[in-house]
Amino acid sequence: MGELTEKQKAQALKTAKSLSNDKLRDMYTKMNHVRAFEDKVAYFFSRGMVHGTTHLYSGEEATAIGALANLDDEDLMTSTHRGHGHTIGKGIDLKKMMAELLGKESGYCRGKGGSMHIADLTRGNLGANGIVGGGIPIATGAGITLKLRNEGRVVVCFFGDGALNEGTFHESVNLASIWDLPVIYICENNQYGMSFSAKKSMNVDDLSVRAKAYGIPGVTVDGNDIFAVYEAVKKAKKHALKTGPYFIVSETYRFMGHSKSDANKYRSKEEIAEWKDRDPIPRMRAILVETGQFTDSELDAIEEQCKQDIEEAVKFAENSADPSVDSILDDVFAPSN
Amino acid sequence: MREITYAEAIREAMSEEMRRDESVFFFGEDIGIYGGAFGVSVGMIDEFGAERVRDTPISEAAIIGAAAGAAVSGSRPIAEIQFSDFISIGMDQLGNQAAKMRYMFGGHAEVPMVVRAPAGSGTGAAAQHSQSQEAWYCHIPGLKVVIPSTPYDAKGLLKTSIRDNNPVVFLEQKLLYRKKGEVPEEEYTIPLGKADIKREGSDLTIVTWGRMVSMVLEVADSLKEQFSIEVLDPRTLVPLDRDAIVNSARKTGHVLVVHEAVQTGGYGGEIVATVADSDAFYYLDAPVKRLGGLDIPIPYNPELERNAVPTPEKIEQAIRDLMA
Repeated sequence: MGELTEKQKAQALKTAKSLSNDKLRDMYTKMNHVRAFEDKVAYFFSRGMVHGTTHLYSGEEATAIGALANLDDEDLMTSTHRGHGHTIGKGIDLKKMMAELLGKESGYCRGKGGSMHIADLTRGNLGANGIVGGGIPIATGAGITLKLRNEGRVVVCFFGDGALNEGTFHESVNLASIWDLPVIYICENNQYGMSFSAKKSMNVDDLSVRAKAYGIPGVTVDGNDIFAVYEAVKKAKKHALKTGPYFIVSETYRFMGHSKSDANKYRSKEEIAEWKDRDPIPRMRAILVETGQFTDSELDAIEEQCKQDIEEAVKFAENSADPSVDSILDDVFAPSN
Repeated sequence: MREITYAEAIREAMSEEMRRDESVFFFGEDIGIYGGAFGVSVGMIDEFGAERVRDTPISEAAIIGAAAGAAVSGSRPIAEIQFSDFISIGMDQLGNQAAKMRYMFGGHAEVPMVVRAPAGSGTGAAAQHSQSQEAWYCHIPGLKVVIPSTPYDAKGLLKTSIRDNNPVVFLEQKLLYRKKGEVPEEEYTIPLGKADIKREGSDLTIVTWGRMVSMVLEVADSLKEQFSIEVLDPRTLVPLDRDAIVNSARKTGHVLVVHEAVQTGGYGGEIVATVADSDAFYYLDAPVKRLGGLDIPIPYNPELERNAVPTPEKIEQAIRDLMA
């Protein structure tokens, strides 16, 4: 069950070999950063050490990291309420990210945003979003800026299967289509919108057929195969720059509940176990070893380093000050001349 | 001085800013060849082309959200929503996205966008095309709210709104589009947050905005033998020039607020509170009064429609009651 198909494996090996060791190291590191970050956050929540809620990305790493491996800092991205993977994938200071989760002054949003609102405009990260489908028009508008400037940049717009039934998806993809905007729309089908399954909420099996309604290409990829995602987005990026928007459905699964309140009553242990069998991290690891680009001990060292990086981020966050209440009124409005 | 219409003043403001700054573009429903539902943008597509004057499908959520996305990525979009009533379709993008980005992101974003939309009743368009919903937007921190009452104000305030680094809801008045007023040829701007005394007086302050300003001025003139009425137009509700209101209240000792929007929950309450919790309270000779629209959807029949909002007769009565 957990194995890649023969064809998929052959392609994964080919893709891995086409990438430099530095690139692969970066991708594998980010995969493990996400996992370690989420493990730590889950631990904090289970202990009641942070307030609010959070939505963990564990299990979906290949989608964010595989997609964003195609982007440069100048390219743009919008993310979702389940945004830690995208945020790390786009490139982030883990310390400032963890500090934001803990609501600290040194966090990305100075403690005002938390898990659902991390943004880093210096790296083209236009922000996570607390509203399902909320980022789709924003990505589309960013696409207008890029189209008008014609600088060869793209926007990647992430959203979940739940957002496919929001009006913003329809309005935005249509707009991008008629204006040929350089936007890659990536639906992470993690099979559930909170508790309601994608199968129950839509009467189509292959969600990528929705692209037809907008006259743009649509494909479905195994979202737990980082190389498949990488190749799909690589192709999509070329198309976006030359022709216009592209729609990708990345089939994946969240290992954890929707949020911290989730008792997982709507899905079976067997189903969760099946998907854990397709964990994208061991899958990527197997390919890297098989091509001979990395040894097991090298990959062990990367994993260990990632855990340490997260520990250091925690240390930084814990040692950071809370924001002063004096800052509460800051930044409602930007200064204007 | 030359006279142009309110609609022409808005067009001039947009065109001048688009000439001045390449990052400004304009989009909305039927704004291109059609020139906009109220003819505001006639001819603009000829000068600026279809890239910078973009006709959109009927997709208000995408229009407002795309404005936010374009703004946060470095453009300065002007989005036209054909009737302000339709902003509700894109309200999440305005209120949850554009308005909050800067604060949520800890100050690391600028969202310089303008949503222009015609508001107000009086055109026979009934309940879904006639509302004055400014209080909705004022209740969302992060939005600026501008309502010009003259061609001069419309031009100067729109230019400033386009240059502002925040989301601005710019509520135009349908019944003013064809009204003419003096607008100088040379460039000028008007700061946001600066009220304008449209008429000086010493007995009573009437705070009013939008299309009610001209109605209130006419009533004030008709009563000039009996009362010396000061008419104060805040012009921008957010930011609000509270000092100007308080100073005027202190001077006259009587305050009436007149607005077209339904009275309950209307922004008039905020104006009253501004006076009531300032030291102007001690100068008041009578309670502060409001005259807003009735708490009903705008009806279709012309006489019902006229009576749904303040009329000259109702304004005069409110003045007499207050000054009795």
